[in-house]
Amino acid sequence: MTSKGTPALARRITGQAERLVVRLTGATPRRLIRRTLQRIQGLGRTLVIAIPYGWLLAFFLIPFVIVLKISFAESDIAQPPYTELWEWVEGQYLNIQVNIGNYKYLLDDSLYWKAYLNSARIAAVSTLLCLLIGYPMAYGIARARPDRRTLLLLMVILPFWTSFLIRVYAWIGILKNNGLINNVLMGMGIIDQPIVMMQTDFAVYLGIVYSYLPFMILPLYANLEKLDISLQEAAYDLGARPWRTFLSVTLPLSVPGIIAGSLLVFIPAVGEFVIPALLGGPDTLMIGRVLWDEFFSNRDWPVASAVAIAVLLLLVVPMVIFQHTQARSAEAET
Amino acid sequence: MEEPRTAPVTFEPWNDPNETPYVRIERVSKKFGEFVAVADMSLDIYRKELFCLLGASGCGKSTLLRMLAGFESASDGRILIDGVDMADIPPYERPVNMMFQSYALFPHMNVAQNVAFGLRQERIPRSSINKRVDEMLEMVKLEQFRGRKPHQLSGGQRQRVALARSLVKRPKLLLLDEPLAALDKKLREHTQFELMNIQEHLGVTFIVVTHDQQEAMTLATRIGVMNEGELIQVGTPTDIYEFPNSRFVADFIGSINVFEGRIEVDEPDHVIVQSDEAGVPLFIGHGVAAAPGARVWVAIRPEKMHISRDDPGQQHNCVGGIVQEVAYMGDFSIYLVEIGGGKSVRVTQPNLTRGNPERILWDEKVFVYWDDTSAVVVTE
Repeated sequence: MTSKGTPALARRITGQAERLVVRLTGATPRRLIRRTLQRIQGLGRTLVIAIPYGWLLAFFLIPFVIVLKISFAESDIAQPPYTELWEWVEGQYLNIQVNIGNYKYLLDDSLYWKAYLNSARIAAVSTLLCLLIGYPMAYGIARARPDRRTLLLLMVILPFWTSFLIRVYAWIGILKNNGLINNVLMGMGIIDQPIVMMQTDFAVYLGIVYSYLPFMILPLYANLEKLDISLQEAAYDLGARPWRTFLSVTLPLSVPGIIAGSLLVFIPAVGEFVIPALLGGPDTLMIGRVLWDEFFSNRDWPVASAVAIAVLLLLVVPMVIFQHTQARSAEAET
Repeated sequence: MEEPRTAPVTFEPWNDPNETPYVRIERVSKKFGEFVAVADMSLDIYRKELFCLLGASGCGKSTLLRMLAGFESASDGRILIDGVDMADIPPYERPVNMMFQSYALFPHMNVAQNVAFGLRQERIPRSSINKRVDEMLEMVKLEQFRGRKPHQLSGGQRQRVALARSLVKRPKLLLLDEPLAALDKKLREHTQFELMNIQEHLGVTFIVVTHDQQEAMTLATRIGVMNEGELIQVGTPTDIYEFPNSRFVADFIGSINVFEGRIEVDEPDHVIVQSDEAGVPLFIGHGVAAAPGARVWVAIRPEKMHISRDDPGQQHNCVGGIVQEVAYMGDFSIYLVEIGGGKSVRVTQPNLTRGNPERILWDEKVFVYWDDTSAVVVTE
């Protein structure tokens, strides 16, 4: 600023301005700039956190509150098809009508809690199957040569490149009475009658395990890959046979991975709609389908909302467990 | 009356022809693809020895240890422990235990559970397990930490848990992979002596892998110096330090001044080596197994050299030079003296006088000299 050619007056003005700034803010201009930059940096940090929170607020929390509100309303032949929770009566007082009848209905009608139980059972069995299949796979990948690991992981993720819906549809072609499996088996003369696989619980389990297996493998892999191999060696060294080593060292240390993978499979499986709708029979009662029917066939939005809220409450329990273990393992690592 | 002094105990089973080695490594090689980690190595280790495998990282010493533990199998050759070929014996059936460099403590078990793990693998009644765990924890002074998890312990405490865990099964042979590397200097020195005491007390054979020559010198009954998969020299710490068999060993252990030269006079009781680097003929007061005219290296330890302002009037083994650097270490000082031709020698002198006003300073003209018996001649 004060280069050689600058007139003396200009120099004096700049000098005065600088002094003024110093007097007003207690800082030299350079420090001021730095402070401003720091403030922007701090703002950036806030923004980075604020954006995802804003997203969750707009597209999760607000819709959730709306659904919660509808679940306390009454069904009505109107547009939208439910009563308002509150209204101003003659501009004098607020009339609030909370209807808990929908929830009572869920308890009274055996259809709903049977659907809940069935969903939980199907999800639990599928999760267990995913664990039994996924654990050896994850372990195999984690212990493979590093250059092969990437390829193996890619193969786990590869199915995601095709639409989930199409992949489930493809199973129909494989499982149906004149589908791939039955045609091959009959062609080979192993069976004369087609095996009925479509619209059975078996098809539902197959679809869920097939679709959600990567969600089990990936967190397990991440956990097992971090597992220090010298811990297993130490166990061998101390006289533990491979099976004992697995039970007393490898398995307990992979519990966080097992919990993460299981929840990633269990939670979406409970509310699964597409797979039971496409592969399951009419008697495969799952809460996702009940919810769908309630919304779109019966057009009973309040009951449907109550079902949705109940599903959510059911799933909060495992999620809290998950959070708790995550926090605990994070604590143990420090 | 004074007690008669007991004769000094010598422990040198490797010199006793009646002793059978406890561990025999017979022409063992280990290749990882093209890379040769251990090359045709043979070594005998005896009962109650504290043998140190010393070498820079990647020299194959850890691979050898892992072969002894059973985590790697030899590509070639045999390993015998107590006369039994270990080739087909898995790690969980070997009579050895290992202390890992990372300690490999089970993070989900507390101190007592970690120590008890090895005993739980055998059919030992619970009360006897508890007793042995208590004994072990008492020995490593960790009784009051028995309920802690490994992450709640300091580095030194973890090291002691690892030691207790590896000793609780009373192995005949304990393998230690860089047992002190993770400790700070003070603790390391203290623990060195603890390790030696425990080894002596329990009568266990120790094989220690280390890259720290100081550690090897302090601990070992014998040291095996390794380089690029080969065993260069095996000997007692004194042998290795005072009689290195090669420039590599001489240079690897401590610091040393090496002069390259040719043998000029070769007599049974002395040789004279002409060295351009030294600038003067080097007189060695013993015979050397090398032909006249052969290229040799004369190596002299810094502490065996003397430094003074006045000419000592020695006929041989005296060079003049200028002090380039002085490093005051407290108990001794290191002088770097340039002797012409760009060659510097390193001389250490004990600081015997407190606040010596006569001490030699930078840029002084000095004489460096040594005795006829101080130098080692190596041919490779």
